[in-house]
Amino acid sequence: MKSSLLVAGFGGQGVMTLGKLVGECAYEQGLKVTFLPSYGPEQRGGTANCTVILSDEPIGSPSTNRLDVLCAMNQPSLEKFAPNVKPGGVLLLNSSIVDPGTVTRDDVKVAAVDAEGIAYEIGERRTANVVILATYMTIADIMPIEEVRKIAMAKLAKKPELVALNEKAFDRGVAITKEIIASWA
Amino acid sequence: MESKFMKGCEAIAEAAIRSGCRFFAGYPITPQNEIPEYLSRALPKVGGVFVQGESEVASINMVYGAGGAGTMAMTSSSSPGVSLKLEGVSNLAAARIPAVMVNVMRAGPGMGTIQPAQSDYYLMSKAPGHGGFRTITLAPATLQEAVDLTYEAFELAFRDRMPVIVAPDGFIAAIMEPVDLPDYRDPPETPAWAVAGCEGRDHINVLLNGGLNEEDQLAKNRIAEELYEKWDREDVRVETYKVEDAEYVFAAFGLAARICKSCVDELREEGIKAGLIRPITISPFPYAAFAALEDNVVKYVIDVEMSIPAQMVNDVRLGMKDRFPVAQVNTAGGLILDSEDVIAKVHELVKGV
Repeated sequence: MKSSLLVAGFGGQGVMTLGKLVGECAYEQGLKVTFLPSYGPEQRGGTANCTVILSDEPIGSPSTNRLDVLCAMNQPSLEKFAPNVKPGGVLLLNSSIVDPGTVTRDDVKVAAVDAEGIAYEIGERRTANVVILATYMTIADIMPIEEVRKIAMAKLAKKPELVALNEKAFDRGVAITKEIIASWA
Repeated sequence: MESKFMKGCEAIAEAAIRSGCRFFAGYPITPQNEIPEYLSRALPKVGGVFVQGESEVASINMVYGAGGAGTMAMTSSSSPGVSLKLEGVSNLAAARIPAVMVNVMRAGPGMGTIQPAQSDYYLMSKAPGHGGFRTITLAPATLQEAVDLTYEAFELAFRDRMPVIVAPDGFIAAIMEPVDLPDYRDPPETPAWAVAGCEGRDHINVLLNGGLNEEDQLAKNRIAEELYEKWDREDVRVETYKVEDAEYVFAAFGLAARICKSCVDELREEGIKAGLIRPITISPFPYAAFAALEDNVVKYVIDVEMSIPAQMVNDVRLGMKDRFPVAQVNTAGGLILDSEDVIAKVHELVKGV
């Protein structure tokens, strides 16, 4: 059992935080995990990205060109990294600003989630990444989603005013993703 | 034992403190800045001293002073910055002063790029400075190993009164992985040789990095030589993985080795007998592990490095006494080694045999 994820977006979108949160959930669950941030000059102004690999066995490379899931938080990230998703893999798109119509691959599954729209409905812009976290974890299906919820909410508890909203965002993310997965079948 | 999901550089820094390090001097350079950043906060909390030197040269000379006073001292840098420190490392070796230097290797030569590589193999394993000396140089392949080796590097430095080098490639320093942190231990008592005031002593301690007398220098070199030979006998560390019946043996260290290790498993699932020899000490080098490869079993040795030209390959040839053909897979410039390239190379060799 192994799952590789690349999260990419603009600097400031919370790309690294999201990747780290995925890593921390897996770590708390006792899985092997590596988190590799992009370490280049492109971090300023351009795209930032990180690779997270989860496994129940020791992890060799912390990087891969055959991703199980690409989480594209902006349009340039989709264009740059879509070729690195393996056939049968998943493009998880933040469809608030990424146009699913621009996907050129027909051998991957697409999960378009209007994370920022959902966050707006919930009433807190900052919960968009929690929606994406829930979406990814539901797709990856590598640990029980209830466990993820518990761990993630504990990690995010530093901002108590957001706890209830984060829970709401998480649950919405899970619900939407279940519908998306059903639509693939 | 405390377990954490940590960043590479921060875990290395924390391991140093837990080992008893109480002095750090360094100068910023990517991709190792999180080491000084972490220590600038953490060292004062344990009564230690953190200095951001005005240069690499100044920093290593501060380490000379602190180490000479019997303090567990450390510096860290990355390839171009390490070049600047090596005069000082040579002085430490000459004066027999313990210290730990971490070199988070990036792509070279020259300024190269800020991205990770294994570009300093020669420099870190052969002669990390002028004048003819050696160091124990440790090359971790996982973050856990980086923590354990950094912790131990201080013991080795004090045991031999010599600088010890920890040389992770930039990937090891950049990744986050779960690590078990070793327990805190107290820094050592001030050793009898330390230049730390004469109170209670009837003689003066002197730590010199040279002199004018030829015979004295010769004698020092002979003593050092004995130490290096002792390392060759007693301090070699190597991991061998599924080598016993292997026909295709990878030779790799650091991150390249952990990628090869997963390739060994993948190839064995296909029925190809692959194995791995991974030097943990790149100095002293595990020549014996390569000498032990069996004549009628091994078909190829595949040297895998994140350096162009390959560097370790020469030690590999020496170790196996040129008995087997050598293939190479390498990358450079800050690009990570692709496991598919490693697998493809073996497939190519299998077809050709």
